[in-house]
Amino acid sequence: MISGSAKRRHVLLTVIAYLALSAVGATMILPLAWMISTSLKAPAYAVEFPPRWIPSEPVTTTIDGRECRVADLVGGTFLSRGPARVAILRYSPDGVHVRVLSPEARVARPPAATAVAPGDLAAGQELTVPEADLTTIRRTKLHWDNYLDAWRAQGVRVRDAFFGLAQRVDGFLVFYLNSIIVTICITIGTVFTSSLAAFAFSRLRFPGRDSIFLGYLATLMVPAIVMMLPVYALLANLRMTNTYAALILPPMFSAYGTFLLRQFFMTIPQELEDAAVIDGASPFAVYRHIILPLSKPALATLTTFVFLHSWNDFLWPLMVVDRLALKTLPIGLAHFQDSYTTEYHLLMAASVIVMVPVLIVFIIGQRYFVRGIALSGMKG
Amino acid sequence: MFTFLPVLACFALSLTDYRLAPITSLRDLTRQMEFVGLDNFVRLLGWHREDGLLVANDPEFWRYLGNTLFLMLGIPLSIAGSLLLALLLNQRLRGITIFRTIYFLPTVCSAVAVVIVWKWIFHSQPNEVGLLNSVLMGLGIPNPPDWLGSMAWAKPAFIIMTLWATVGGYNCVLYLAGLQGIPQELYEAADLDGAGPWARLRHITWPMLSPTTFFVVTMSIIAGLQGSFLFTAAFLMTAGGPAGATTTLMLYIYNYAISWHQLGYAAAVAVVLFLLVFTFTLINWRYGQRLVHYR
Repeated sequence: MISGSAKRRHVLLTVIAYLALSAVGATMILPLAWMISTSLKAPAYAVEFPPRWIPSEPVTTTIDGRECRVADLVGGTFLSRGPARVAILRYSPDGVHVRVLSPEARVARPPAATAVAPGDLAAGQELTVPEADLTTIRRTKLHWDNYLDAWRAQGVRVRDAFFGLAQRVDGFLVFYLNSIIVTICITIGTVFTSSLAAFAFSRLRFPGRDSIFLGYLATLMVPAIVMMLPVYALLANLRMTNTYAALILPPMFSAYGTFLLRQFFMTIPQELEDAAVIDGASPFAVYRHIILPLSKPALATLTTFVFLHSWNDFLWPLMVVDRLALKTLPIGLAHFQDSYTTEYHLLMAASVIVMVPVLIVFIIGQRYFVRGIALSGMKG
Repeated sequence: MFTFLPVLACFALSLTDYRLAPITSLRDLTRQMEFVGLDNFVRLLGWHREDGLLVANDPEFWRYLGNTLFLMLGIPLSIAGSLLLALLLNQRLRGITIFRTIYFLPTVCSAVAVVIVWKWIFHSQPNEVGLLNSVLMGLGIPNPPDWLGSMAWAKPAFIIMTLWATVGGYNCVLYLAGLQGIPQELYEAADLDGAGPWARLRHITWPMLSPTTFFVVTMSIIAGLQGSFLFTAAFLMTAGGPAGATTTLMLYIYNYAISWHQLGYAAAVAVVLFLLVFTFTLINWRYGQRLVHYR
């Protein structure tokens, strides 16, 4: 039996919960919305006070070969009928000099300061009115071309690329291709090495297996930079900085991935493996035909994780690559930011360009992603 | 192997005066890698007397260590926020997954893009006002701070941005999973005993979540000391400025290793960072474990 007051309290709590959820949600969304909004603004109106969420700009018309802003004359004090649409010719100490475009209004009682005579306004008539009586007309305009500008803004000179046909390639095209190559290689490589290591740690018996695994786990606590420095020194000495190998090979081994997969492999029943071994399957065949097909969810989790991580990785590519033609999207964007510090409309467009693929992958792989975090936390 | 070896190599590197320079022969390599014993550590951690006063050999290191610890003050806030959000998300309400997705968005967005957007939000020039200061001026604050340009406000700005980026992320999802693992019977039993919402939170939810809290605190401290997001932020927004106010240990290591080509010294700082992480984890493990309630 639910009493009336308990029910009312329940409804009230639900409303409060929704309000709190929405308030936090809005805080999370606003910066991203602001980024998209700015990315669609015209350069001159990207920086404006007070800020506008919907990109718009003043309407203009050409008078005597000059661009003039269009405004509505809404002087309620001296107009008797509707607002009159006018073009602003020039500003002067006396007021604003305007030319009437559409004469729907009729002047009833002109104030002393304005040079307006009583009577109907005629098209083409010019008069001086107080600035306070004018409201500028704005029109929503989305500058999708900002994306194209950002995409093209940086040229990468690629010698010998595309059979020598292309000398200059759009910056973001190069960064995109690099990111795709690097991310796909790292993802495939990590899933492969992690699953093999996890297979060894969970299914093969060899002396010291569990202590090696503990040591493996301990490296999860080591700051990444501690491992990066010697690898960087090695690569620098081998003259291997500024190569794809430097971008791809070192990040391909993940203690975290091994840990995640081992936890999952441990749950696969031993009997399946025993049956296969009796049928004469080699360890690799067990790995290939039993473990992998049964671990699809765990592999999907790891794939999503590694993809997002390597797509967004900043520090390692920053350390080993400084040639523009080899930059991945994050460091390409950072470079772009250096050269276009103040052109926020282009910066925001470029940021959106960088973020779109991760958002798509996240929305597709969200299920696996959330489960992966939960899994690692429970067992950790 | 691939992770152990580099750690040892980093310790070895920290004992050398390694500088990157073009190498033409093996002799160059050995000359470049001169063994200097603990010199790097003396220079990093040691003190000397100057006009009767004790002065650190590398005052910058201590300052940047202070910056790193100061910026970690946001961690308790972030964890508390994550717990609150998880409690909200755990309600059986319609459309809750949409909120969960939205809260997680900042975590999957590229840190570089996030930092660039926030730089624009914090923007504050006499004739160009960023979004945050526009809002503040709209609320009637006549002279809002020059967030990224002032010594006093740059760190709070970083903490605000980090809070935004982390509060709905991993920690929140971990808490949510923890909450969903609490057996419903416990709450039913508490209801029978007449426990109010606060008592239920205090005596069931919080103790049952303590393993999650322990894990979250440990990971946050490790991540906070490394500060890879803060590195990206400091690198792109302020270049560690103004006057070093936002330089963290990570940026210091990067500067020595990459910008100034002194890998030996950078490795020494990295080893100190490693020992810090190790000590914090050990303390947490030793004393934090006692507060954890295991089923």
